[in-house]
Order: sequence, then C-alpha cells, then structure tokens
Amino acid sequence: MTLIATQSLTKTYGNRVTALSDLTVTVEPGIVGLVGANGAGKSTFIKIMLGLLEPTGGQARVLGLDPMTDGHQVRARVGYMPEHDCLPPDLSAAEFVTHMGRMSGLPKTTARERASETLRHVGLYEERYRQVGGYSTGMKQRVKLAQALVHDPDLLLLDEPTNGLDPAGRDAMLTLIERIGTEFGISVLVCSHLLGEVERICDALVAIEGGRLLRSAQLADMTAVTEVLSVEVSEGSDELAARLTAAGLPIRRDGRLLLVPLLDAGTVPVGAQARDSALDKTYDLILTAVAELDLPLHRLDQRRHRVVELFATDPARVPESTGAGTALEGAR
Amino acid sequence: MTTLDVPQTDRPAGVIHDIGYQRYDGPRLGRRHLLGGLYLHSLRTAFGLGRTFKAKIFPWLIVGVVGVVAAVLIAVRAQIGEAPLDYAEFPEALSVLIIFFCAIVAPELVSRDLHSGVLPLYFARPLHRSDYALVKLAALISATFLTVGVPLTVMFAGAAFMVDGIGAVWDELGDFLPALGYVAVHAVVYSVLALLVASLVRRRAVAAGAIVGAFLLTTPVVVVLSVLPYEAATQLAWLASPVTLVGGIGDWAFEASSDFDVDPYGPLYGLVGVAMVVAGTLLLLARYRKVAAK
Repeated sequence: MTLIATQSLTKTYGNRVTALSDLTVTVEPGIVGLVGANGAGKSTFIKIMLGLLEPTGGQARVLGLDPMTDGHQVRARVGYMPEHDCLPPDLSAAEFVTHMGRMSGLPKTTARERASETLRHVGLYEERYRQVGGYSTGMKQRVKLAQALVHDPDLLLLDEPTNGLDPAGRDAMLTLIERIGTEFGISVLVCSHLLGEVERICDALVAIEGGRLLRSAQLADMTAVTEVLSVEVSEGSDELAARLTAAGLPIRRDGRLLLVPLLDAGTVPVGAQARDSALDKTYDLILTAVAELDLPLHRLDQRRHRVVELFATDPARVPESTGAGTALEGAR
Repeated sequence: MTTLDVPQTDRPAGVIHDIGYQRYDGPRLGRRHLLGGLYLHSLRTAFGLGRTFKAKIFPWLIVGVVGVVAAVLIAVRAQIGEAPLDYAEFPEALSVLIIFFCAIVAPELVSRDLHSGVLPLYFARPLHRSDYALVKLAALISATFLTVGVPLTVMFAGAAFMVDGIGAVWDELGDFLPALGYVAVHAVVYSVLALLVASLVRRRAVAAGAIVGAFLLTTPVVVVLSVLPYEAATQLAWLASPVTLVGGIGDWAFEASSDFDVDPYGPLYGLVGVAMVVAGTLLLLARYRKVAAK
C-alpha cells in the first residue's frame, strides 16, 4: 500500500506566501527522509498530512485516506512528533504519555501499560516517574517520540527529531528511529534539514525546496556497490594517490581525503561475500601502498557515497556537497 | 567475533528476555471516551490533583475560604437560630472569590497547553477541535460549580438537621434548589468569560490578571449609569458588567430579596446573560479553529 501520495499539492498562505507548490510525490512504506532547508515547506506538508491544514489545491492521501475528509481516521493511525517543545513541565513522563495514549483512544489500563512499554523502548526507565521539566533535551526528545508511538500508529511523522541534540544524542535518536522502522514495523517520515543525517537510516528520500519537489528517490539501489574507502595521510597524499592510481584504483580527491572506490566495484555482483572480498582486497592494496611508502596513516574508513551526490544533478541548486551533516541550502 | 555468534544453548537459563515491541490490535475507543478522558484530566488539573503541591495551593486556598464561610454561616445559624444569609445570597456574596477561582483555574486549563505547546499534540489526535474547547469549558464550569455548590449543599444539610419538622425541611429545600441553580448561572457565565480570555494568553500569570481585569473593566460604566437621574438607566446599569449582570439575573429569577433594582427588565437580564454565554462559546470555538491551523 502506498503510504503517502500527493497530486499537485499546493498551499499558499494568504496570497503572498507559497509554502507548497504543485508537489506530486509518492512515498512507499519504510523509513522516508523529507529533506529541505528551513522554510522549504516540510512542516506545512506534515500538517496537511495530519488534516490540520487544508491545501489550497491538489490532493493528498495518507494510508489510503483523504486527510481532509477522514481526518479523524488518519490521525488515529498516525503518530506526530512536532519540532518544537510540546511537553508540560509539571507532569511525569509516564503520566503524560498515558494521557496522550488515552487521547488516541486506548482504554485506560492499556494506555498505562503501553505508556511504560513505549517509554522503555525509547530508553526511559525509572526517570519516567520524574517531572518532565527536569529532563535533559535528549530525554525530552525521547518523551516526544514516545507520545507519538504510544498508540501504535501505522505511520510516524517526525519533525526534526534530532533538533538540539549533541552528536551522541543524534546518533542514539537516529538508531532508535531506524529500529522503529525495521524492528517495530512502523513506517516513518523523518523531516530534517540535515541530509547527511537522515541518509544513514532512510530507505527513500524526498527533497523539497521552496515548496517544490527537488528529487524523490529510493536509496536501495545505491548501497554496496557504491561504497568507497576514505584514506587520510598526514603527508605524502600525492605520492599515495599516484601509487594507488598505478595499482588500478580510480581514486578521487576530496580535500585532504583520498576516496577509493572498492576494487572491481562496477562488476562485483551484489552479495555479501563478493562485497567482502572486494573490500578486503582494496584494504590490502591501500595498506600495502601506505606501508611501502612509509607514510603516517591518519585515517582509513569506509563510507557510502554521500546522497548529496544523488541530488547534485543540478549543481546550481545544491552547491555544497561536503561531508556528513550537509545542509540543503538552496537559494530560496 | 561478537557474542552474537555464541550458540543460543550457551545462554544462562532464567534470564529475562526482551520480547521486543508489541503491536496493538485491541480496541480503539471513540469520541465519548476521548471526551470523558479529557474531561476528567481537566477536572483533576483544575484542583491540582496529580500535580505538585504548588499547583494545589491556590485552588484549595479558595476552596478552603469558601468552606470556612459556609461553616461560619452554619455555626451562626445554630447559635442565633436564623440564617444570616439566604442560600441565594451565598454565591453573590462570594462572587469575588468565584472570579479569583476562575482566574486561577482557567489559565491552568488552557493557557498552559498553549504555553507548553501540548495543543498541537491534541489536534494531531482523533479529537475534534471544538471538543477540546467545549470539554475545557465544561471542566471549568464543573470545577467552579463544585467549589461553591458543595459548601452550599453542606449548609443545606446542616440546616435540615436544625429546623423543626419535615415541612420546614421542604421549605429549606425550596430555597436551596433555586440557589443551586443560581450557583450554576455564576459558574457558567464566569467560566465562559474567563476561559475565553485565558485561551488568548499564553502565560498563566498574565492570563490570571487579564481575567480579573476583564471582570472589573466595565465596573465604572455601571457606577456612572446607576447615578444618572433616569430610572431606566439605573435599572439597566447592571447589564454593563458581568458581575452585576449575574446579580441582576439572580434578582429576577432566583432571589426573593432584591439588591439590584432591575424591574421590569428582568427577562432582558436573562436574555443578555444567555447571549453572552452563546457569544463567548462561539468566540472560544472560533479561537480554537484558528489555533489548530497554526
């Protein structure tokens, strides 16, 4: 079943501000990233999906339902985690999530059970009896996620779930979202302005800019075969580059990094064993080269092609393409 | 290699297994259940139940004062043998306290949801937007009614034991029931106004001040009108402020004695009261239609 489908969806505020413009996109179940700069229309998109905003034009369907006419049915099956603070400081997390579960139609005792289960799944144990006002940002984000999850929705809408978190908190939150999408079997739409962040966990990406669709793509077909190793040496990177090129590896330079595609990457069939052997061979080649040249190796690790490259088909639109955490800073 | 590669049989027996995430297939209850849940939650919030001690201080202070007033009235009646205050005069005498109660509780019910951002979570659930506003209003009306109505009932119960003969008890009941209705009028009119003001203000302290202000704002108009040398102006003067409006309704419909001289405009007071409640409720609903879209 299609998760979300929109047909030339348009939303203008007054006559001036266009939040969404002629957006046609189809999203299949799984973990989907919705990326765009601040003001690109992500939050408006979510609110239309929840049936809280009426589109100016076009159509939207969520879980096969029209959010405008069947808003209550949609909202009963969808969990929403807003971007901004949304927790009452003087309630305990357990009490708050229980209440929110009841507001989604769970019977009283079920709501209480599911609230503590859900809080446990997001990583809150004994703390859940303390008042939310005393929580750290990371714990608050977990409570926000728990209240979206307590009624076991079929679709989670997460608006900037990693906002305000430190790197470790971000990683934990992303891992949690990935678990929800894979182990829990709940489809997730993650909004973010950080492409490098959501690409790690998403099956598909939808990029919007200025309310228009920039690109929508599945990531499944660009996993193993596009993997690269990045090498960093403190000195002598030119010599190493020359050596590796001579060994038949088509390397690329990215600042101080050398990006080395896997050996025979183009021809290796997708399969764990074949991939591993290619990986080992490439590692061996690089290590041998570094050792023979006697260079101080700073870093050698593995990374996927940045999805930025997927969106870089129109270079004028996405000028920046460096490293993880790249923001989509389209000129609006 | 990692521990994942250890065969299952090597695990120690008796460990607690994480059974993982459980999907929920049980019933999802409908609108009535949602309304009931929100109503009870709001009523508990009104009296600070399930919250910190700080949240309980102000509502219970007022409940305490009203209770003391009722207790004193019962005691005095027991001593001198006659009621110092009619039942219907009770809510009127306490109108300032009722305003304070509304000014404390209404922000607690709606302003804090606005301030803490909880409101979008309600609207992202299968709850009607208008239901949220109406349930909050119902909770405030109930809380106000209970705060004044329960001591009044205690007063009646006390009196019922004091008077001689069943006939006198029936007389007491005949005085008591309209007074209870008068308490309800207070609760409804004050709550609508207080909740409407509170729904516009995010900060609780500011909202409380704004509510008291809204009740006092037009008091000078009443004073000016009542000193005009026209009888009609004096009789209509009480319409200008919500407090005296309710007093006027009381004079017309609930009280034997008349503190406010509203004759022959009594029905007009009733009509204006109803119009105010209806208009206030409609404005409240309009307010939440707008908030939900934000």
